[in-house]
Amino acid sequence: MIALLLRDLKLAFRAGGGFGLGLAFFLIVTVMVPFAVGPQSSLLSTIAPGVLWLGALLACLLSLDRLLALDWEDGSLDLLATAPLPLEAVVTVKALAHWLTTGLPLVLAAPFLGVLLNLPMPGFFWLVISLLIGTPAMSVIGTFGAALTVGLKRGGLLLSLLVLPLYVPTLIFGAEVARRGATGMEVQTPLLMLAGITAATIALLPFASAAVLRINLR
Amino acid sequence: MTLTVTDLSITRGGVPVLEGLSFQLLPGKALILRGPNGIGKTTLLRTLAGLQPPLEGKIEGAEDQIAYASHSDGLKPTLSVTENLTFWAAVFGTYDIQPALDAFELNELADRHAGNLSAGQKRRLGLARMLVTGRPIWMLDEPTVSLDRNAVQMFADAVRTHLGQGGSALIATHIDLGLDGEVLDVGPNKAKPKPIDDFDGGFL
Amino acid sequence: MSIAAKANALWEYANPRKFLETSERVLPFFWIVSTICIVVGLIWGFFFTPDDYKQGSTVKIIYLHVPAALMAINCWLMMLATSLVWLVRRHHVSALAARAAAPIGIVMTLIALLTGAIWGQPMWGTWWAWDPRLTSFLILFLFYLGYVALWEAIEDPDTAADLTSVLCLVGSVFAILSRYAVNFWNQGLHQGASVMRAGAVTGADTEEKVSNVFFYPLLACIIGFVLLFIALVLYRTGTEIRARRIKALQARERVGG
Repeated sequence: MIALLLRDLKLAFRAGGGFGLGLAFFLIVTVMVPFAVGPQSSLLSTIAPGVLWLGALLACLLSLDRLLALDWEDGSLDLLATAPLPLEAVVTVKALAHWLTTGLPLVLAAPFLGVLLNLPMPGFFWLVISLLIGTPAMSVIGTFGAALTVGLKRGGLLLSLLVLPLYVPTLIFGAEVARRGATGMEVQTPLLMLAGITAATIALLPFASAAVLRINLR
Repeated sequence: MTLTVTDLSITRGGVPVLEGLSFQLLPGKALILRGPNGIGKTTLLRTLAGLQPPLEGKIEGAEDQIAYASHSDGLKPTLSVTENLTFWAAVFGTYDIQPALDAFELNELADRHAGNLSAGQKRRLGLARMLVTGRPIWMLDEPTVSLDRNAVQMFADAVRTHLGQGGSALIATHIDLGLDGEVLDVGPNKAKPKPIDDFDGGFL
Repeated sequence: MSIAAKANALWEYANPRKFLETSERVLPFFWIVSTICIVVGLIWGFFFTPDDYKQGSTVKIIYLHVPAALMAINCWLMMLATSLVWLVRRHHVSALAARAAAPIGIVMTLIALLTGAIWGQPMWGTWWAWDPRLTSFLILFLFYLGYVALWEAIEDPDTAADLTSVLCLVGSVFAILSRYAVNFWNQGLHQGASVMRAGAVTGADTEEKVSNVFFYPLLACIIGFVLLFIALVLYRTGTEIRARRIKALQARERVGG
């Protein structure tokens, strides 16, 4: 399992691995927002938590179609499926690698982009916390979507169509935490819901992802 | 470890391709799989490797014993030869890649990225992967594609060594490898189309 | 007849031929009765019930809005059930019924959303509000779209059936989660579900009740929609079975019969 994780991390950092693309996308989307809605700082600070959450979500989505497709094309998935490692572990490790190379950098970059959008001071802490708890769920759900569409020639758009509705609960609770945090309201309820969703998806969804992958490998 | 296949029927895309196939693969033996293109040799190997369920019949002795090499080698172009092999060795719980490097004369290429190898060299690396799995039954799908004469010899030697150590191999190939293996011709096992009135099972 | 024998009798309809024969026999009944129910319900509702004291005649859109909304949800439940049957028992008809139902569910969801917008305009002064109920239906609509798109994208029918079934299961869980999330996120304008509450029927409820005058024509419409839905699913499943048959025949041709 560790070998697979290390390999995926290595691949992500090597040339053409795509590390940093999601981060760059996050930056660009955030920079474009003031151009679209106007530069008034009061408006920006109101929408900042939501915009940052949405930007992180889209950046996450962007890298999903490479998550399993590359291993599918070069035959690695066939070989992994015949290896002693259960597919449930394979998809979990894949999701973890995706989070480490995409989700975590987004979490760390979010406060800097928050400055650009006049995020109110108390909001920074809760933005980082909510993203830290929410992005693992996005990686795990995304892995499920990637496993569903892995055999398809042009699965990218379909992947987005399938995954985005599944992101709704995470987005709602995550952005709610960030929004409430920014305005100094109590955040406990949405934070617990967010953590619950993340924990449940991590615990259960890999089984669905592995099942779907098995079907696709037939 | 003996692989026993009894009365096996397999499907490709929901359509039966081979039926009534029975054979035994004993330790130390090689079977050469023959049959016209499209008969279902790849499907057979995938079924035996456990990647797809058989339609009917029994496969015994295959569980966690099979190392499968498909048309694609599962190599990452941005990893070096050593890194690629080390990874697969770790996945299969064996850690010594040196014999594999030796057998396919990959020592000189060890630090090259797999993406910079020629097609034949890549194929050699893909076959070297079979050695690091440590599994006794090899399933090889057209293993000699893009290999030169010298490399084919290398491969044949590797298979002979493997058989000598009590392993076995099922090889789908059209060239003569000089192995003294039996030939398994699946041509006669081509599935007959279902009767036209099989509405219940086949929508026909 | 013992329960086991009865259960077996039910599974007989999982046989495509038996399904086609039976559905063709009962379809006319469903078409006719559902048409009668809907026509009677609508005419009764539109012309022979008084205007609501608060909502005026706009309330009459309820005869389309409520049945469509009910069917939009029940259609997904039906797909969930048939998907489970396919995954557990591998009856092709079951998977095809789920496939056949999805576009109907989309249309029902659209009708519910559109009639809701038309109703909302005079009542709330806006075509659309991010009310939890409206939002949930919009999300349901997205789930339907993804489900149908996945069916369309995969060539091998059994693989498609497997994958969409798993998507339906996982999607159901997330749809429920979304419902709660949306409720939490915005308390809305929409009145509570007023049809199925006991108080609504007896008239003992609050002013949000659907009173008896409106209830009977509405009931006729709901029954009509249920029957119409069954008829459409049976009809479309028949079409899917025939499409599968064509595919199977073509595949047989290729293998060389």
